[in-house]
Amino acid sequence: MFLERPRTAEAFKERLIEISLFLCAFASVLTTIAIIFVLFSEAVFGLSGAAFFQEVSVVDFFTGTRWSPVLKPQEFGVLPLIVGTLWVTGVAAVVGLPIGVLTAVYLSEYAKPQVRNVVKPFLELLAGIPTIVYGFFGLAIVTPYVIDPIFQGLFGFKVGTFNALAGGIVVGIMIIPMVSSLTEDALRAVPRSLREAGYALGSTKFDVVVKIVLPAAFSGVVSAFLLAISRAVGETMAVAIACGSKPNLTANPLEQIQTMTAYIVQATGGEAAAGTVQYQSVYAVGLTLFLMTLVLNIISQWVMRRYREVYQ
Amino acid sequence: MTEQTTHPELLTPSGKKETRLFAILCATATWSSAFVLIVLLSAVVFKAWGWFDWDFLTSYDSRRPQKAGIFAGLIGTAWMIFFTILFSVPIGVGAAIYLEEYAKDNWLSRLIRINLANLAGVPSIVYGILGVTVFVRAFGVFGDDGHLDSFVGWSISELNFLGVKISLPLGEVVLSGAMTMTLLILPVIIIAAQEALRGVPPSVRHASLALGASKWQTIRNQVLPAAIPGIMTGVILSISRAIGETAPLICLGIAAYVPFAPGGIDSPEALMKQPEGVLQAPFDYFTVIPIQIYNWALDHRSAYKGHAAAGICVLLLSLLVLNGLAILIRNRANRHIRW
Amino acid sequence: MTETKNSAIDVKVEKAASVREPSTHAIKIESQNLDFFYGEHQALFDISLPVPERAVTALIGPSGCGKSTFLRTLNRMNDIVEGTRLTGKVFLEGQDIYAPKVDVVTLRKHVGMVFQKSTPFPKSIYDNIAYGPRIHGMKDKNKLDEIVKTSLERAALWNEVSNRLKDSAMALSGGQQQRLCIARTLATDPEVILMDEPASALDPASTSRIEELIFELKEKYTIVIVTHNMQQAARVSDYTAFFYEGKLIERGVTEKLFTNPAEQQTQDYITGRFG
Repeated sequence: MFLERPRTAEAFKERLIEISLFLCAFASVLTTIAIIFVLFSEAVFGLSGAAFFQEVSVVDFFTGTRWSPVLKPQEFGVLPLIVGTLWVTGVAAVVGLPIGVLTAVYLSEYAKPQVRNVVKPFLELLAGIPTIVYGFFGLAIVTPYVIDPIFQGLFGFKVGTFNALAGGIVVGIMIIPMVSSLTEDALRAVPRSLREAGYALGSTKFDVVVKIVLPAAFSGVVSAFLLAISRAVGETMAVAIACGSKPNLTANPLEQIQTMTAYIVQATGGEAAAGTVQYQSVYAVGLTLFLMTLVLNIISQWVMRRYREVYQ
Repeated sequence: MTEQTTHPELLTPSGKKETRLFAILCATATWSSAFVLIVLLSAVVFKAWGWFDWDFLTSYDSRRPQKAGIFAGLIGTAWMIFFTILFSVPIGVGAAIYLEEYAKDNWLSRLIRINLANLAGVPSIVYGILGVTVFVRAFGVFGDDGHLDSFVGWSISELNFLGVKISLPLGEVVLSGAMTMTLLILPVIIIAAQEALRGVPPSVRHASLALGASKWQTIRNQVLPAAIPGIMTGVILSISRAIGETAPLICLGIAAYVPFAPGGIDSPEALMKQPEGVLQAPFDYFTVIPIQIYNWALDHRSAYKGHAAAGICVLLLSLLVLNGLAILIRNRANRHIRW
Repeated sequence: MTETKNSAIDVKVEKAASVREPSTHAIKIESQNLDFFYGEHQALFDISLPVPERAVTALIGPSGCGKSTFLRTLNRMNDIVEGTRLTGKVFLEGQDIYAPKVDVVTLRKHVGMVFQKSTPFPKSIYDNIAYGPRIHGMKDKNKLDEIVKTSLERAALWNEVSNRLKDSAMALSGGQQQRLCIARTLATDPEVILMDEPASALDPASTSRIEELIFELKEKYTIVIVTHNMQQAARVSDYTAFFYEGKLIERGVTEKLFTNPAEQQTQDYITGRFG
């Protein structure tokens, strides 16, 4: 039986390779499990001493309006941090989403290939700049040379050295490349036949783009928005530098605030002793942040799958 | 001439004005990004002017602005990135090979894929919390007040292995940073490598299998070499991300002021004199470029703003070199392989 | 085993061509009652086809008739497609190649394959040819040189490339690439060579070179070729099998099948009434 060459050694080697490759792939699942375990360990289980949510009730945590982890009386109401995050995210959305979408429309519907070849690298560069650079840009350029002259110079509002607006603007700039590239993908997925049908009915280019292509790509654009917002929620360095480090439940974006991410940076960078409530609060805030971005990402993926189904 | 009079509306374009306005709006939005980029870069260069010099590159940080430099960050970043590449590339490429070449379409592989997409969206600071808990503190198992001590009444806080001092838990050392960064960029590397593997046409695999090559022989000898340029590009891009990443490292508790180089290797001569420092380096404290920038940027003395800007220049230049490399690899590969 | 094989051919020949084959050829590879499925879809129905040794057997039929699928069952290339299923048997010299203990890698060493689109690896000409022998454990440099030379000679490519073996195979012309792929298959020293429309992407001059080559190769090898080009089948093959909608309609000596087919469907196809 000449085809039955005994290959036990080689077959074993092949199997061994497949198993090691599988373990590499499974490492990513282990990472997720580790993240969830670690966040829960201090927030819910209490690996070092009592758990955070045993010391602070969940209701107090989510409804309290004062965040004071160090100064007595200690209070752990996360709302100021969440509002800080929402300020940054909101401003970033106002700046980044429209510019991102318009850029995508320009690149996919109007720009000649030569223009694309110039603009694309610019956007890639913008995407490749480390977030700490954006933070420095917000603190050293946007606040003193853009926000201050306009709000203090023209309207007389007091502008803080650190303020939510500057952080929001730079985070908005940061998400432009992401929004535009994801939106462009969605626009390109709209079949040519749909555009041609529009033109055949006597529509102008504006009509075709705004009334046919954009609505057809709607779920793709929504998915891009959600991902970008999730990114803004999780953004750390730009806001830690530009927005400051004072938990502040405020309606004024020109004041210093603190986001959830900036709090984590501040608390872990400092010397909070393990086992203290202050130390564990990092995990509770981290868990809140993780769940928020996770929900945004999952909805975004769900929406994206839906639009892929429509055109593929 | 008669046609013109029969259909005069053909000569008056409809809705031309809004179309033009919209096109201008889109173009303005697009070029505003480029404008911001140019402003950002020139502002940084302007602020860095006078601070970015040879002394800045070769000096440790200092409490006196005139003497402060980024040398510790440069060396620390290099060490950390070296180990990050060492860990993340084999695991990432291995995972991609499994998912593209081996995985059958079952619940497990679907779980891994969905999980990857979600991991890529986890904020980097969360990886920092993971890193400080698992790598830096090892869940508080070791040390004088650790769990080991309280349960067994005995603990260990340092290993001495072939003259290399390894503290337990590891603490804010090069290895902790590299392992945290590895977890952070793994999803990116895996996704990039998957795309590169997908770009290798199935005909190459079939041809190799038809010659009697085994699955692994086919992957090793044909698929992987053909995918290398794409994988390299993805690796370089994720490494660029790791170089600029700051938040998780602050989480780990990595200090900005570190007046020595890991393993005592601060020059080529030091390396020749005590090569065993190479083994000690991964277990030594370190700092990185972006953490020094962060520290300087928040320093209230304005002189340090210049240091921050100069540090950013160093950071951006190293990223520029890396990305140039990526483009070079991509172009060379495109020239050589055309399917 | 041998007896059933012989009787199977006899029956087939009588039924199909109703002419006696000048059967000087032994049977090299043979399928028996082969059914093949892609998921729920059945692509092949009860195919029993003997392939004579050291001769060219052409598989013809309209596209989608299953001729390529059948070809790929002969060296188990379909194994790599997920969700496929096969019943029936394929014998290579009496050994069932779908038996559980059979090693696919060894099988493919015996039954080589050339694809429709030339698939040179992005490496040098030399490395392309040496790839097969190397993965099968050949390390001796001199022997490798020898194999590369004879394989290229047999594939009628040696004279064109002997002075640039280190050049990239991607730089060769389409026809040369295809002959390189044939040479690469020869280098693993197979007994059977399967060819899936090997000349369909080539210009007429390159095509006729490939056809000449096939004619020379049958001295030593058993060749099964899928082609959509009936003239080509008539020119190069000794035996022809006509597939239609996953069924083997007719099989016989090429000359007879083309001049005097037994089945109406074959007649219709070769006279160009459909397909």
